[in-house]
Amino acid sequence: MAKLKELAAQKERFVGGHRACAGCGASIIARQVLMAAENPVVVGASTGCLEVFSTIYPYSAWNVPYIHNAFENVAATMAGVEAAYRALKKKGKIKKDLRFIAFGGDGGTYDIGIQALSGMIERRHRVLYVCYNNEAYMNTGIQRSSATPRGAHTTTSPAGKVIPGKLQFRKNLTEIVIAHEPAYAAQATLGYWNDLVTKVRKALDAEGPSFLNISAPCRLGWAYAPEKTVKVSKMAVESCIWPLYEYQDGKYRITIKPKEKKPITEFLKMQGRFAHLFKWKDDVPIKEFQEEVDFIWNRLLKRSEVS
Amino acid sequence: MIVARTGNEAMAEAMRQINPDVVAAYPITPATEIVQLFSKFVHDGLVDTEFVPVESEHSACSACCGASASGARVMTSTASQGLALMHEILFIAAGLRLPITICLVNRSLSSPINIHCDHSDTMASRDAGWLQIYTENAQEAYDTTIQLVKMAEQALLPGIVSTDAFIISHGLERVELIDDKEVPKFLGERKVNYSLLDVDNPITLGPLDLQDYFFEHKRSEIDAMNNVLPIIEKVQKEFGDKFGRYYPIVDEYKLDDAEVAILVMGSTGGTAKVAVERMREKGKKVGLIRARVYRPFPKDAMTKALSKVKVVGVMDRSDTMSTLGGHLYNDARSILYKSDNQPLMKNFIYGLGGRDISIEEIEAIYEQLFDIQKSGEVDKDVVYFGVRGE
Repeated sequence: MAKLKELAAQKERFVGGHRACAGCGASIIARQVLMAAENPVVVGASTGCLEVFSTIYPYSAWNVPYIHNAFENVAATMAGVEAAYRALKKKGKIKKDLRFIAFGGDGGTYDIGIQALSGMIERRHRVLYVCYNNEAYMNTGIQRSSATPRGAHTTTSPAGKVIPGKLQFRKNLTEIVIAHEPAYAAQATLGYWNDLVTKVRKALDAEGPSFLNISAPCRLGWAYAPEKTVKVSKMAVESCIWPLYEYQDGKYRITIKPKEKKPITEFLKMQGRFAHLFKWKDDVPIKEFQEEVDFIWNRLLKRSEVS
Repeated sequence: MIVARTGNEAMAEAMRQINPDVVAAYPITPATEIVQLFSKFVHDGLVDTEFVPVESEHSACSACCGASASGARVMTSTASQGLALMHEILFIAAGLRLPITICLVNRSLSSPINIHCDHSDTMASRDAGWLQIYTENAQEAYDTTIQLVKMAEQALLPGIVSTDAFIISHGLERVELIDDKEVPKFLGERKVNYSLLDVDNPITLGPLDLQDYFFEHKRSEIDAMNNVLPIIEKVQKEFGDKFGRYYPIVDEYKLDDAEVAILVMGSTGGTAKVAVERMREKGKKVGLIRARVYRPFPKDAMTKALSKVKVVGVMDRSDTMSTLGGHLYNDARSILYKSDNQPLMKNFIYGLGGRDISIEEIEAIYEQLFDIQKSGEVDKDVVYFGVRGE
């Protein structure tokens, strides 16, 4: 377990002064992930909010080596970095024990980058892939992704007069990754920092590819006041919309189990992106979303019991 | 050592001897063999390379970028659709100034789908900021693969060395191989100023670059291309001095006393040389210009070569789809705009999708060039040679 005092005393690897929105979840995640790393790290980022706000030339928020290539290829780019590391280490040109972290948003991970991610894991590159999942294409102005929840308003799944936001459920990317049998996979969120830091350390210690799907509340796209980021993040866990669990060696483990499972409406009502659902002619969208959440949560409970 | 090798085998042999740190590649006809042979070298322990058998060419080029940014010597191989899939990342590799060498086999781009030779694939990538060298035979492909690694690393620009699909890639030829030990000696270690793996001196590579700096950075990339010809010439000379095979930027064949000439690239250069011999036996003064280095375009050497004759037939194995004819034709015409000595010029688009071009057909083109010389007029600027209905 990480101690807050120790973490706070570390040299910052992801520094302030960047251009994220006030209350941005992605920036908190980048900082927490790098704080947790005990070895020197090399970082890659896909095109997206994090890349844009952290590296506007001539400034950089990264105190670690960093590469941005394109939108859909951070997994392949970091696979190349890790392959070069193995080659040069074998030849004695690199002495240090390094770790590699790829950051992608849900657009770069769930959608356009899923092929490269799948390839990276299948080939067993020892890279930690972190998806900072803000559940839409926030960088380009809040368009739907396959991580956007059912019912959410986005600019390409707007709350209209006949269609109330996004019609489809979220893709369960964590389970898709788990089907690849990675060395470690987990879901985390910034509100539970200790859980997140512990998972990053486990992922970086695992000898093989690892994956963290980290819920990243976005005050702009989710439409809530910027000081509420941590509260929203915690409510996603308490309502079981975003279960915190891990998968390693064939075993599931729920790492934070809410004392009392709150109805999803507690989470939905905090955010403007779901406001239209409460004014909708019927309760079908909310009911179906709750059913989806219950189904996934109950399945997870069973899987963790078996483990 | 003199051996019999196909173009693909010769390129794979060069890769074995280069022994790159990282090869990330995806098989595609007709370059598959290069990747296959190299995989065998890896699995037989003949190279130290980390081989990354990626799931697409897009990832191949992306992984090559990551590896090159980490200071590794990096190579890959592809053709046609594979290069097209890399297209987005080609520009990024060049913009980030990452030396990477692609052993490419020229194959036409879909559609219609076809696996045979034309130059539409590399021509579609000609503005990506990569060096492009087109080879005439397996020997040149082998030699140039070795040279290009050195050129790319010195210029901090990625490069493509190509052969013509099946004609060279699968044709068995006499190839003189360099001694295994001599290739690494010729190349030396890659010198790296910045590396992602230097964690004590962290760099940020690929930041967002807006109106205030983008132009300067792009300009410096353009300057690198403007200044690369002397590096290419130097490496070609070093190679020649060491191994006895000298290559020019622009290959001139029997040009000095020629009245008419053909400008061509790739394997057709070899076919045309035979046609030149035959025409010369008949007392006809014909010559040949072969564009070996195509990017950067060797303006001075090419202007000089073109200016030696009265009529030039430019043979393009690709079309710009712009009503203006082929790529090489447009480049050649453009550099002559200010020339005092402008030859008459006609464009022959030929061999798309691998349609064969024979010695006799090239002789017929030479005859057409003599007709133009006689009349002093080009009847039609662009013709499609050897196609039904022309």
